[in-house]
Amino acid sequence: MDEVVLRKSYDVEAGDFESAGDASAGIKATLKRLGVPTGIVRRVAIAAYESEINLIIHSMGGSLTLTVDGESVCLVSDDRGPGIASIEKALQAGWSTAPDSVRSLGFGAGMGLPNMKKNADEFQIDSTVNVGTHIVMRFHLS
Amino acid sequence: MKVSDIASYLDATIIVGKDQGDFEVSSAFGSDLMSDVLAFIKDNSLLLTGLVSPHVVRTCEMLDVMVIVFVRGKRPSEEIVELAQERDMIVMTTNLTLYEASGVLYQHGLGGTSDNG
Repeated sequence: MDEVVLRKSYDVEAGDFESAGDASAGIKATLKRLGVPTGIVRRVAIAAYESEINLIIHSMGGSLTLTVDGESVCLVSDDRGPGIASIEKALQAGWSTAPDSVRSLGFGAGMGLPNMKKNADEFQIDSTVNVGTHIVMRFHLS
Repeated sequence: MKVSDIASYLDATIIVGKDQGDFEVSSAFGSDLMSDVLAFIKDNSLLLTGLVSPHVVRTCEMLDVMVIVFVRGKRPSEEIVELAQERDMIVMTTNLTLYEASGVLYQHGLGGTSDNG
């Protein structure tokens, strides 16, 4: 593993739709500044935004952490619960537990996790009910 | 397709980016669901939507989508206008429905974002 070039963490508050996108915009700007290829920046930005929206909608708060080294960009989403009862279902396109209030904002269509998985080169999710969800997404730089 | 032509075909009013008529897009996607926009849209696309919320701009920002067309006569709020201005985006509004606006642009040769589009 190459030396870490950058590590940056962003707190995401539960229910804070006002700030939705701030963390992802910061991540996108940071990667652009580092000169990461546009196509990869775009995929990380999509995954980051989906993660951020998920943290806001579903979690009790958490964080997004961006790590860049010579080989890859890594994005980690960590939250403080409530955890996902069935990861298998959550990974199915269209499956959602989002309330109508969220759907009226244009989110909660059940595309978040599948889309994160689609955009990342490596995707790993672990979740424990009443504890939290931990997602690691890795994007190869070459 | 040029933004100026798009505005003309849709009889749309450009609200942000009036001086960017020469900007071109290569495909379009229409949805009120930002979740689907995030999953299906390509870069250098145009978004047609009836959802009027700042999240539309934030979503487009993530995707490098620079042109937003609000359909069904929806007018963006001052907040949306400001967000779009800060990001050099182009925003217009048309009285056509999502179906009609999509049909008009498709007919004029602007394709979709799926492999068959």
